[in-house]
Amino acid sequence: MSDRRDGAPEAALDAEGATDDAEDADSASPDGGHAAATPSTHTVRLELVDEPGQLLAALHPIADNGGNLLSIYHERGNKTPRGRIPVEVDFEATPERFEEIVDALRSEGVNVMQAGTERYAEEVTLLLFGHLIDTDLSDTLSEIEACESASVADVSLAAPQGTEEVSSARLRLEARAGETDAALAAVRDLAAAKDLRVVEPLTGVEA
Amino acid sequence: MIGAGAVGRSVVELAGEHGHEVVAVADSSTAVVADGTGGPGADDSAGVDPDAVVARKSERGIVGDDDPDDALAADYDVLVEATPTTLGDAEPGFSHVTTALERDRHAVLANKGPVAERYGDLRAAVADSDGEIRFEATVGGAIPAVSTVEDIEPGHVTAVRGVLNGTANFILTRMAAEGLDYDHVLAEAQDLGVAEADPSFDVDGTDAALKCVILANVLSFGAADDPADAREFTLADADVSGIRDVPGSALRLAAEDGQTVRLIGEATGETVRVAPRLVPENGTLAVSGTQNIVQIETSHAGRLNISGRGAGGPETASAVLGDVGRLE
Repeated sequence: MSDRRDGAPEAALDAEGATDDAEDADSASPDGGHAAATPSTHTVRLELVDEPGQLLAALHPIADNGGNLLSIYHERGNKTPRGRIPVEVDFEATPERFEEIVDALRSEGVNVMQAGTERYAEEVTLLLFGHLIDTDLSDTLSEIEACESASVADVSLAAPQGTEEVSSARLRLEARAGETDAALAAVRDLAAAKDLRVVEPLTGVEA
Repeated sequence: MIGAGAVGRSVVELAGEHGHEVVAVADSSTAVVADGTGGPGADDSAGVDPDAVVARKSERGIVGDDDPDDALAADYDVLVEATPTTLGDAEPGFSHVTTALERDRHAVLANKGPVAERYGDLRAAVADSDGEIRFEATVGGAIPAVSTVEDIEPGHVTAVRGVLNGTANFILTRMAAEGLDYDHVLAEAQDLGVAEADPSFDVDGTDAALKCVILANVLSFGAADDPADAREFTLADADVSGIRDVPGSALRLAAEDGQTVRLIGEATGETVRVAPRLVPENGTLAVSGTQNIVQIETSHAGRLNISGRGAGGPETASAVLGDVGRLE
């Protein structure tokens, strides 16, 4: 499932019926304003009633709201306990459009079971402490971002004694399914190189 | 009874309640050996007088007028080794235990050194002896960690983890609750007698690591068909980091997220790791103060949690005397 989006999918606005002016948003970035949000891949799991035309009805809200359809996995042989048919749809959209798509699906009466970014399935929180600022926190974060397995979702920093003393950060990472350990190992290596300490979560242990 | 610190003294005091008789007590330079008569008016009980031993130790710093070697040579069934933990060759504790085994007597250890640093040598000495060794008191004080793992059988235990050092746990709990920094809380712990003047053994994770090494040896040797194939662990095999440099700000950030930091030790038959870890603030592993917890992950019986007092004279002595009972 992971490779099919590598064929350089077109931008979200190519989808039929795209009404927004994404081009304008793009052209706004050179003046130093916020860059337009880049589209990322999303997966939604839908439940459809087993009747003709239901699949098409479910795809319209995606295309109409600027989603770029990548794949549709129609699990015809599989039924939910309520007798519906689960369908998994992958598409590209900016975060803002993604929300609109999910809202549109729901307002059309389509049952959205799960909606999220497919790329990062696992979430892990850890602490870093040491000379975070002296060792260039933003570089530290970019290096974590550069690691294939994970992306930094959230950062909280506490530097009660000023920027030159020991400070702490809480990082929420999103990792690809099954790659949390690899992501943590990458953070450990990076921390060792910068003489920072990591407080890892106890993964795989439900409290 | 070899060793007359808090644990040794408690063993001497509580042995009678457990139906055992103390025939000799030694500290590092003195000893008392029962003369077998029990003195004038004595009945069958020929042991040493526990109150007299404890009084001599606290008032004069000696346990008696005999030589420690006399205690090792006394006519006992079980030797209890509770001298301070030493690393490396684990002496003199190791020799005390092997002396007992060579005489086909049992030994019960409260001293972590021999079981953590020379487990293979100990097992070999046991194999050549009619005596057995037990060491429940070395892991988690009053908590029956070793015997629970043995009851489940080490081959059916996939991992043991937990909070195994009360001093470090006390410091982390206070830092999180009061928003204080490490140095402040350490001083407080020292005033309360929770931390020693030199706290390194506890706060650097060494003590917790020794306990995990012992558990790893129990898992590894217990699961192996032939002890010769079992992997032996020593402190050098443990990946250890302590809590000395954990800043108060890290605990505050953890708390904002509903989590906290605990010094967690983990042992499997393959790895030993001790490090500060993030755990849910109200989770099972986030025990408070000097409490300890041992969490045993099993193949067929799910997860077991046992928490309680991980240190203290009477607590540890109870584990020692439980072992003595199992050897009868």
